[in-house]
Amino acid sequence: MPADPTHAVAAPAAPVDRDAAPELRMETRGLNVDYGSSRAITDVSLPVLACRVTALIGPSGCGKSTFLRTLNRMNDLVDGVRVEGKVLLDGRDVYGSDVDPVEVRRRVGMVFQRSNPFPKSIFENVAFGLRIAGEKRVNVLAEKVETSLRGAALWDEVKDRLDTSALALSGGQQQRLCIARALAIEPEVVLMDEPASALDPIATARVEELIRELRERYTIVIVTHSMQQAARVSDHTAFFYMGALIEYGETKQIFTKPKKQQTEDYITGRFG
Amino acid sequence: MMRGASRTDWVLFALSGSAVALMLLTLVGILVPVFVEGLPRIDLVFLTAQPSADLVGGGIWPAIFGTTLLTLLMTLAVVPAGVATAIYLTEYAPRRSRLATVVRAAVHNLAGVPSIVFGLFGLGFFVLFVGRGLDALLYDPADGPVWGQPAVLWSSLTLAVLTLPVVIVTTEEALRAVPHDLRLASYGLGATRWQTIAQVVLPNARAGILTGVVLAVSRGAGEVAPIIFTGAANFLPYLPTDLRDMYMHLGYHVFALSTQSPNVDLARPTLFATVAVLLTLTFSLNLVAVVLRARTRSRAHAR
Repeated sequence: MPADPTHAVAAPAAPVDRDAAPELRMETRGLNVDYGSSRAITDVSLPVLACRVTALIGPSGCGKSTFLRTLNRMNDLVDGVRVEGKVLLDGRDVYGSDVDPVEVRRRVGMVFQRSNPFPKSIFENVAFGLRIAGEKRVNVLAEKVETSLRGAALWDEVKDRLDTSALALSGGQQQRLCIARALAIEPEVVLMDEPASALDPIATARVEELIRELRERYTIVIVTHSMQQAARVSDHTAFFYMGALIEYGETKQIFTKPKKQQTEDYITGRFG
Repeated sequence: MMRGASRTDWVLFALSGSAVALMLLTLVGILVPVFVEGLPRIDLVFLTAQPSADLVGGGIWPAIFGTTLLTLLMTLAVVPAGVATAIYLTEYAPRRSRLATVVRAAVHNLAGVPSIVFGLFGLGFFVLFVGRGLDALLYDPADGPVWGQPAVLWSSLTLAVLTLPVVIVTTEEALRAVPHDLRLASYGLGATRWQTIAQVVLPNARAGILTGVVLAVSRGAGEVAPIIFTGAANFLPYLPTDLRDMYMHLGYHVFALSTQSPNVDLARPTLFATVAVLLTLTFSLNLVAVVLRARTRSRAHAR
């Protein structure tokens, strides 16, 4: 049955025909994450390839969001989290004793499930990361804000009202603003935690289109509860179950010829 | 069955209704005599002139000035200390931290200490310990006390300790009300903890913190007990020009007029007029706090 491609939820959007041998941007090796006494992630080793979209799928509570937050040390902010194993960014362990988590988060940006713009103007939202990094030159700020808003496909909608509050934007626009805000500090990797789960179908389509454009320049890891979305936007897919990585591979292969029975059961909707 | 229930209802309604009526009557009973007897005495001279030596004639300008100066100095002392403590408790202390628990318990107990005890503490700690200590260190004892005597500085610091719990508790509430999502967004963009506090948390908590400050000011402006021993003067025909000067105060002036005046009947209009000015001052400060709080709430709902 898995040999029949029509049975898959959806075919991957773009034919994966981009330059051969993508380089490795991030990688976890034997990663364990504990919340207090309970284990959330068990022995996960996963590559994150540069300029590719990696989707993390799996049922609720399978650890995919926890795994995502481990990649840029956002879990440091939660009391009682313990991380074992290695998370390498360009070959260097981001949990190394000489590494500043603030520096890691500048290189590995994040977009959250619920859009969370600051109650400031559109301009100041995008400029926030630049300002805290010490950028004061007005022309540089203006230029980077425009580039980021264009990059997030929002510029044409907001260019005439950059000084108005970001909270006046629609839900979909707010989420694209958050993406622009993350892009402004030019991270190497962008983590997205169910970025479209609170959006209507049209806004979701725009965000997905944006993700496909962004992979030209950025490495993206996206957590999604929607298998269709994973199939549409990602190049590689990792299936998590009960805190363990069950299967990783090219998205097309995962959705058409999964190697593990559990993966097949999940993508064909038998559980989850 | 139904009859019984509706009778209980009626009794409870009557009881709570009369409690409300009693409360309103008390307020009216305080305000009406104060303003009926006091207002005729209030004119420009009363608000801008110095009192006569028997306190009854003239105006209360030094008391208005002294109260304002005292409250201002108190605010300068209590706001940084209170906001910093609240920032530590909400942003830095680890959850279930022993120290934070102890500090919170101390703050709540501090709020329950009678104000006269603060007065004695101010005298003992600020005037005698700190003030005399400075004198012993810096000056020749033959010159007499310089810092080691009651002064507006020591009074304002004593009031700052008294109002500290108000500022800490309201600021803590305001900081907690800032959505967690905003903090995550800030950290996610590579902000340090301090950058997140200064650029995201504090600006979003500003209105709530301001409410706490105004509440502290209105509480502090009306307190008399803490300043009796630490700097308030019965009668002082000049305005304080130095932190080490004593000062007149509206609340203390009321106390002086009602207990120290040679002719109580003659002092009545002045007494009530002073009370009216003091009440107007504290009521308007409370009003500012209410308006600020309403504005914060409506903004929180708009989100």
